[in-house]
Amino acid sequence: MTQGLIILSFALMAIGMWGLMSRRHLIRIIIGFSLVDTGVHLLLVAVGYRESGTAPIVSDRLPLELLARRGVDPVPSALVLTAIVIGLAVTALMLSFAVRMYQRTRSIYIDKNKELRW
Amino acid sequence: MIKRVFALALIVVVAFFVFPLFAGIGERTDLGPVATAYLEEGARALGAANLVTAVVVTYRGLDTLGEVTVLFAASAGVALVFGTLARRSQVERRRRPPSELLETGASLLLPIIATFGVFVFVHGHLTPGGGFQGGVVVASGVLLSFLGGTLTHTPHRLLGALETVAGAGYVAIGLLGIWLAAGFLDPRFLPSGEIGSLFSGGAIPLIYVLVGVKVGAELSGVIDAMRHRSDVS
Amino acid sequence: MMLVFLAVIGVMMVIAAFVALYSRDVVGAIVAAGVVSLLASLLYLVFGAPDVAMTEAAIGSALTTVVFLFAWSRIREIASHGERRDEEVPE
Repeated sequence: MTQGLIILSFALMAIGMWGLMSRRHLIRIIIGFSLVDTGVHLLLVAVGYRESGTAPIVSDRLPLELLARRGVDPVPSALVLTAIVIGLAVTALMLSFAVRMYQRTRSIYIDKNKELRW
Repeated sequence: MIKRVFALALIVVVAFFVFPLFAGIGERTDLGPVATAYLEEGARALGAANLVTAVVVTYRGLDTLGEVTVLFAASAGVALVFGTLARRSQVERRRRPPSELLETGASLLLPIIATFGVFVFVHGHLTPGGGFQGGVVVASGVLLSFLGGTLTHTPHRLLGALETVAGAGYVAIGLLGIWLAAGFLDPRFLPSGEIGSLFSGGAIPLIYVLVGVKVGAELSGVIDAMRHRSDVS
Repeated sequence: MMLVFLAVIGVMMVIAAFVALYSRDVVGAIVAAGVVSLLASLLYLVFGAPDVAMTEAAIGSALTTVVFLFAWSRIREIASHGERRDEEVPE
């Protein structure tokens, strides 16, 4: 179960990185970045999971005494929680740079931009 | 061609880093010492039923302050880039007014969405949810009101004031923790109450409400900067 | 049972990720990227992280998609009028 999630997260990271490097369309490059983002978040959640674990929230079904034996690791959840919000803001910043680049160069394809040649 | 080879090499390098995790973690049933300590002590020491909230607000509270700062920097960057863009492009197409369905639906759903957002960030220490999620729900309500035409002019001054007050309040509560309790962002200077009731967890609900207000105001600002505007000159 | 669920969701995510990178239509690609996020939020829910699932469902699949669509329509708007230097309108 955990290993399956790790394989899936690696697959998403690989697809996203492939898109990041091989696509030329600005919007698709940013989509590739957000795929890598999702893959990393899934990897972190997989690292925090334990077999047949449940959410670390005290309730009638999960009293205080059982928490340490049944609950999953709360630290990766907390990290991913904030990382997703930051991811949105960073994606918005990248998209605004993409719009500015399009306004300057009048081309959505990144290899038409002579200043960025390598 | 050389780019594709480079991409494949990069993927192989990442595989090299992920494989130890895959092979070493197996199907584990126990957690590390830090996580076990949080799970055993956290709920009782802080009075918060949701341990994820306890970690976000208290144990890793300084990280959260940093993340909120990053969020502020990114939204300021978006506003900067699009602010100059709006001034440069003089020709603005007249926008089609929203359809009646969207307009009515938006004004009907808006109070419900706003109430739900506030509910989510007030109950962050009891149920899944909290400041980040509630702030996002509020921001999507603001988006809906932009699309439905309920909100035509952006209340820039209100958004700025909310952001300032929430950010300053967050730091002020953190400093109160130094003065009245054990350290920065320690929420135990208020009574921790009974686990599971609304007034519990010390200052955790207070901090998370401030985070929610700040996240909601910042994301509303990002959405407002990025949408089309027919009303800017 | 859970493993079957994980496999089905995983295959759908991989397909949606490829659609997001390779489809001809940009709006379709943006929506496919939103689908990847929505399926990821289901997985978070199963793997004991409902807080993360809520955040991902609200941000990853709703607000990110909207932000992408806003940026794309800004690009289309710049393409359709304004001074023309290079006659290249993105598809």
